[in-house]
Amino acid sequence: MIWVELMMIWVIVPALTLTVVMCFLRLLRGPSLPDRIVAVDMLSAVAVGMMAAYAVATDEVIFLDVALVVALITFLGTIGFAYYIDRRQ
Amino acid sequence: MQVFLSFFFLIFGAVFIFVGGIGMLRMPDIFLRMSATTKAATLGVGSMLLGTAVFFGELGVSSRAFAIFVFILATAPVAAHMIGRAAYSDGVPLWKGTVMDELRGKYDDERRRLSSGVYQVEGSSEADWVDVD
Repeated sequence: MIWVELMMIWVIVPALTLTVVMCFLRLLRGPSLPDRIVAVDMLSAVAVGMMAAYAVATDEVIFLDVALVVALITFLGTIGFAYYIDRRQ
Repeated sequence: MQVFLSFFFLIFGAVFIFVGGIGMLRMPDIFLRMSATTKAATLGVGSMLLGTAVFFGELGVSSRAFAIFVFILATAPVAAHMIGRAAYSDGVPLWKGTVMDELRGKYDDERRRLSSGVYQVEGSSEADWVDVD
């Protein structure tokens, strides 16, 4: 499967890694706290995509379970942060 | 054939996530940024999961990928709505090119009530519309 490695190395890993870098830039720069929470939310979506790509690259199905757990937990984290901002005043 | 179809979906999803990241970095306002991350990232992750399901081609993997996608599809709008509501009531400034802000002055932050902005009809008493519990 030389095609899998080529596609991973030249397309998917660079795109997702640059997205992670952009997420961290927004996390550092974001003028307000909700901006940073949006960046963390996006980071979790990128993590789920990376796990799907890694499951294809290594031919291991077990990474999809990890992706499911990550999606569940980050949703709860985002809701918690939003609730905290809402009730902070 | 199956492998190339899976490649197509994976590349499409990765590129869409990348576009969503650019939108998150370059948009001028938190609400516009949230629009980019919610829509583009959801479609990108869904496409990548579809590519994974096509690549393996088994029922167990497909149902797992479908479960993740349905969960993301159900929770991403809820999370975005919660963050947007919190940001608005926290007083995050809107972009200076914003044309319309329909919520301005209609949301009572102390009592957590939303009034519809209807005006008092001539002849009706004030108690008819002020407090709608």
